[in-house]
Amino acid sequence: MPEPATTAARAQTGAVHAARLILLVILLKPFSNLLLAYGERHFSTAPTLNPLLYIASLFDPFVAAGVLLQIWWLLSRMRLFSTADLSFVIPVTAVGYVLTTLLGKFFLHEIITPARWSGIALVCLGSMLVAGTRRSTTGGNQA
Amino acid sequence: MRWTLLALVVVTAVAGDLLQSREMKRAGESGESLAGIQGVLKTIWRRRALLLSIGCMAVSFFAFLALVQREPLSFAVPASAATFVLETLLARFVLHERVDARRAAGAICVLAGIVLIAR
Repeated sequence: MPEPATTAARAQTGAVHAARLILLVILLKPFSNLLLAYGERHFSTAPTLNPLLYIASLFDPFVAAGVLLQIWWLLSRMRLFSTADLSFVIPVTAVGYVLTTLLGKFFLHEIITPARWSGIALVCLGSMLVAGTRRSTTGGNQA
Repeated sequence: MRWTLLALVVVTAVAGDLLQSREMKRAGESGESLAGIQGVLKTIWRRRALLLSIGCMAVSFFAFLALVQREPLSFAVPASAATFVLETLLARFVLHERVDARRAAGAICVLAGIVLIAR
């Protein structure tokens, strides 16, 4: 049976590790979206279902960098799923929507209306509410 | 076409997330090494359901791109945020996670916030 101190230390290490992963997942998505949005502006905006056009856009350096960040985001989020509930991860990492909106304002000069500011406040409130719950409520990873 | 694309975005995103969550939780509980990107890639190779989940997410991604080319973002983003509600419900009933009032309220706040951001 593990010592209580060892168990506590493990739990603390796990919490720090999870917090780092959450931060990484929150940050990667908006920067990836920014690179994709910037890169895709070089391509035709005509509606299409042709996957070849999307594949061709991958040769744009901004789109390629955006896709690489998307892959990193996907793998990091998968690691996070190993220690946290789906119903925890999805709302907590939604703060990324807020960052995407702010990056759009500062880098792409998009306008943030009062309604959007209200939305930003609601997303932050919702994420904080969920962040205050236990990270995992199933199996042996309850923390 | 807009509703077909939206359904495709939502259903494949929800299926992908559910599969990923279930398989990665199992991998974590069985003590599989998940250190670094390499560890995750090995787990994907061992657990083929994760490959299926990535396929689902790829379909969802391309369907979303097609949707935003046809419809304004102010429709596409809030409509596809329906995944929040579905995933929270399915996390409760399929993955047997404990979704208490605080977690449910948080998910609803986030959903309402995303709808406002996309306006």
